[in-house]
Amino acid sequence: MKTLRVIAVGWLIHFKIMSRSPFAIGVGATWPIVNATLAYFMYRAGGYPQTLLYASLGSAVAGIWSMAAIDASGAIQRQRWWGTLELLVGAPVPFALVLLPMAVAIASAGIYALATTLLWGRLVYGIPLPLEHAVAFVVAVPVTIASIGVLGFALGMTLVRFRTASHIGNSLEYPVWIASGLLFPLAVLPAWSHPISLALAPTWGMRALLHSALGGRAWLDIAICLGLAAAYTAFGIALLERFMDSARRHATLSLT
Amino acid sequence: MAAVIEAHDLKRTYKTTTGVVRRKPLEVEAVRGISFAVERGELFGLLGPNGAGKTTTIKMLITLLLPTSGTARVLGHDVEREPREVRKRIGYVFGGDRGLYERLSALDNLRYFAELYGVSGRRQRERIGEVLELVGLTGREKERVEGYSRGMRQRLHIARGILHDPEVLFLDEPTIGVDPVGARELRATISELVRAGKTLLLTTHYMFEADTLCDRIAVIAKGSIVGQGTPTELKSGVTDGRVTEIEVFGVDDAAVERLRAIDGVTAVAVEEQEQKQLLVVQTTGARELTQALLTELGGASVGRVSSREPTLEDAYVALVTAE
Repeated sequence: MKTLRVIAVGWLIHFKIMSRSPFAIGVGATWPIVNATLAYFMYRAGGYPQTLLYASLGSAVAGIWSMAAIDASGAIQRQRWWGTLELLVGAPVPFALVLLPMAVAIASAGIYALATTLLWGRLVYGIPLPLEHAVAFVVAVPVTIASIGVLGFALGMTLVRFRTASHIGNSLEYPVWIASGLLFPLAVLPAWSHPISLALAPTWGMRALLHSALGGRAWLDIAICLGLAAAYTAFGIALLERFMDSARRHATLSLT
Repeated sequence: MAAVIEAHDLKRTYKTTTGVVRRKPLEVEAVRGISFAVERGELFGLLGPNGAGKTTTIKMLITLLLPTSGTARVLGHDVEREPREVRKRIGYVFGGDRGLYERLSALDNLRYFAELYGVSGRRQRERIGEVLELVGLTGREKERVEGYSRGMRQRLHIARGILHDPEVLFLDEPTIGVDPVGARELRATISELVRAGKTLLLTTHYMFEADTLCDRIAVIAKGSIVGQGTPTELKSGVTDGRVTEIEVFGVDDAAVERLRAIDGVTAVAVEEQEQKQLLVVQTTGARELTQALLTELGGASVGRVSSREPTLEDAYVALVTAE
């Protein structure tokens, strides 16, 4: 109960911090619209108007991942700048309970990306959101956000140890878009890349949203998303203490 | 009775590199084997110039840095092997603007850290009210921190540091950059914490502050402790004579060296003051050396000359400038 409370308050606090930055929200909400617009034109030009919803949802999930990858990287560095990283690490709760809600809160700001992309598609291009399984869609949204956020958490712990690791987040943004089938279906990717795609939460989040909108095995996708989130969490927690010890040994918690 | 804070031969080395293409490893010894003990209810001061190793020492004691060698215990818990046990029982406050969430209110800042420091949900509201009252921020807690003055931020830092009612508090330059009135209020808060039975370790650059607040002081220079004792002991131990201050215009290094060579002179410090310099000369014994000092200054133009009792600052300067 106490653990859940720490996670909930941590999420709320970091979501508040994110939501009070008009610039972060502005960029997070408008950038997916640019991506979505490009995707709509590509799919239209290719003569596949029925896949416009795919472009819309793909851009939204890409926006959530971008938030998680880039902003999670930036968030740890910002905590350094703000001088709060040492305070967070020095708290008696396990650091996983600090980092996990922070990463999920950042991914949660992707809800703005999802909302604006779907709205833009509906109002400008007339793309309907059919919602075959409305309940599954409502569940799929937070599950997708949480699982992508947890992937950001696994990434974020390297940033505690290495001051310049924020570049990892930046360099992973586009490859994950491609590997997760957010821009085009996985079928067009080479077979060797499929295991990588299947290990990524955005792949299953995208499928969960798509299947709940158009019909299909949405609940299975949601379950896999949750399973991956649990695996990332276990992996992150297992390595985090080692990273923390290393950060204390190499003095990388502060700016200097 | 065991000491609350114990440091034994504590060392910390930072490893870095120099050069771009052919990188050479470089080791910086920030703390070179320091030992001290702080008793329960004591306010212990760590004084030293910038880069002396004060903050590194504090960071080892609060478990944010691992010592390269040596041991340290806080309330009987080893800082290296039992970090969580130490963290539960200590609070720490860093000076300066950083360390707060600017976009949040003071209340949100305190709520978050109360959660991280295990203050139960039921107790939180009451405890936050108590600490806000103690630091004088009651009524301002719903404002965003970005609108706070330096002094208010520093008081909020202290409120955050004592939320979980820790037995031991580490204060790293808590009054730095705070105006005199704000600094006085902070000192009053610190005194109140001592009266409440807390054990405090304080670092500061302000001698007056250390003299007023600290029960005992350790002076650190270049990573080593060069003096330790009560403020009175430090003052009398380092210079049992007098301090002569001489205003001069255009004194050169050779003249300063001649002053240092005078029998009975223990330290000479030069303070640059716009167009003039202030020579602070410490002497031992009862000998009157003013005439000898003026003679060695040669042709330098001399202004006001005065003599006074040594202060903690004189003792500090003598300790950190001693070879």
